[in-house]
Amino acid sequence: MAEPRDRFLADAAVSSADSPQRGFLRGALGGYYASRDAQKARYRDWEKARDAAALAKWTAVNRLDRNLARFEEAFVRNGGKVHWARDAAEARAIILGICREAGARAVIKSKCMTTEEIHLNDALEAEGYGVVESDLGEFIQQLRKEPPFHFVFPCMHLRREVISELFGRHLGTPPTDSPEELTMIARRHLRDLYLAADVGISGANFLVAETGQVSITENEGNARLTCGIPRVHIALAGIEKVIERLDDLAVLLPMLATAGAGQPMTCYNTLYAGPRRPGEPDGPEAFHVVLLDNRRTALLADPEQRDALHCIRCGACLNVCPIFKNIGGFAYGTTYQGPIGSVITPHLRGLRDWNHLSGASSLCGACTEACPVRIDLHHHLLRNRRNAVRRHGGALDRAFHRAFGWVIARPRLFDAGGRVFRALLPVLRRLPLPYLRPWLRTRTLPDAAEPSFRQQAKEALR
Amino acid sequence: MSDARETILGRIAEALRVSAPRPHLSSDTPAGTPAKVGKPWLPEGGEDEPQRLGILAANLAKLRASLVRVADVPAATAALSALAAGKGWKRVALHRGDLTEALARGLDCETWCVEDDFDKRRLEACDAGLTSCESLVAQTGSILVSSASNGGRALSILPHAHIVVARKEQVLPDLDAALDEARRRHGGSLPSMLSFITGPSRTGDIERILVLGAHGPKELHVILVG
Repeated sequence: MAEPRDRFLADAAVSSADSPQRGFLRGALGGYYASRDAQKARYRDWEKARDAAALAKWTAVNRLDRNLARFEEAFVRNGGKVHWARDAAEARAIILGICREAGARAVIKSKCMTTEEIHLNDALEAEGYGVVESDLGEFIQQLRKEPPFHFVFPCMHLRREVISELFGRHLGTPPTDSPEELTMIARRHLRDLYLAADVGISGANFLVAETGQVSITENEGNARLTCGIPRVHIALAGIEKVIERLDDLAVLLPMLATAGAGQPMTCYNTLYAGPRRPGEPDGPEAFHVVLLDNRRTALLADPEQRDALHCIRCGACLNVCPIFKNIGGFAYGTTYQGPIGSVITPHLRGLRDWNHLSGASSLCGACTEACPVRIDLHHHLLRNRRNAVRRHGGALDRAFHRAFGWVIARPRLFDAGGRVFRALLPVLRRLPLPYLRPWLRTRTLPDAAEPSFRQQAKEALR
Repeated sequence: MSDARETILGRIAEALRVSAPRPHLSSDTPAGTPAKVGKPWLPEGGEDEPQRLGILAANLAKLRASLVRVADVPAATAALSALAAGKGWKRVALHRGDLTEALARGLDCETWCVEDDFDKRRLEACDAGLTSCESLVAQTGSILVSSASNGGRALSILPHAHIVVARKEQVLPDLDAALDEARRRHGGSLPSMLSFITGPSRTGDIERILVLGAHGPKELHVILVG
């Protein structure tokens, strides 16, 4: 397999040249910007509300060991079972073990990016379980055998014609160009599968340490059905999902909905505390939570970028990112796309192989401005670049930067260098420069200013 | 897997030996927990009852949920009966309770309490589920239901329409108040499910176009008594 960097460059070149697809994505995001702005205007002060959301996650993450232990204790008191997984393989083994022990055959899933991270569906299918994704976007992506394009809007890259054709092929339904009719096809198809499933697998948006509840946010009702009807419920959660107090949700739930989809609240925000209680008419017999590390602790150990673990996966940073809008979600080659994915993937999967994503940014800061929990996203991309040079930088890199630093500290030398460069520019323009070629493929090298900026500044200051 | 537990907690303790700077808060922000810090800046929930009811009604309308306000329980029963006749509902499921049972008595169609021999397939075949709620949240237009007081987990999600009957006093200003009230009511033993329902089920997964009734109820009707 090609290196991640080579694949990224090849895929991004193809997707960014696809003008109709780029236009389609922009169109789909247009409605999001309008509803997000209308919703933000209802906050008495959005910026100060962001401070409160950041404080809730800071408090949670910076006392993570204590909060996880408290969550475990309360969750067990509620009648649930907690499992700890150091890595993806352990998490898969735990979940397979629970399914086996339950004598399960059919598994229904609600949307959960962490299960994408550990490639759970492949593992379940290999053991002979029928696995169905119930979120509409995930259901479509599963039929297409494709990962999610965007971790909140999984199939936002698809036109309705494509989905109609897909449903026709897999479900035998007649063609339609109505999003409503397409949604109803999936609704009818999935209804029976909820009733037939033995195990429901969900993610978790928040784990409440104080009360031992698992909070799940969704719009469609598929998670309510996944967590309410099968006899066993398993929730897979990254360890950073824990929050300290129940009332933290009074801030986090509306902020997540507004930043992520321009809503006052996502349609269903549900807190699960253990399996069915005596006196309740229905609900699962068993409720398991699997807490996953999978190198999140490596990110935690970097205090400079620890706030990346504050992420509540709203997807706002993707929706505003000029890079995401141009290259799309697949080119990243990661579970988590966009700015947050570019920040955390090098920590989760290795800086040496994934540092190229630190360059997948215009450093415009739109992501940092959009983040409801104030993660310093675009500066983290710079920090990753710096760390990559420190840890893995080539001798050439270091020599170049040292020489450059030495020259700009000496004005006369810098000036002379500038003159030489300007004189050579017409020649340089015609040379096949390997370092500049990708840049020049879609751009022309501009003419040098005459007189130079330094001379102009000198004149102006005189 | 206690090995994994110890390893992960050990890694965390080691990682947290160096602290990260606390987020900056502006000087006009109240001190306290994040909920207290955020409360004055979130969307308004109303200072008094008329304001709360006004904000709730506006939010429900935007969410495409219907709201019927009636003076008393007989009027609520009549309102539900008219709604059911208009929609042509043949089977309505409900849970035991003063309000829900009173309203169901006015229905012409088949009714069934989920506490009597719960059956998920029978519930799926119902046109509507009738529940009470823990509280209503003006700030967001949400309805808080629980598995303990409002008929379990499936009643408010599996039937094709959801009707909520509540008293005006149950309308609270914001999410913080609704969470407080749920804790006060249930004390140390929280229900196995607490769910904030904000409008009928919806999706925007196809071309970001809003469609109601993705997997849960296509319709949400609120009947407010008082």
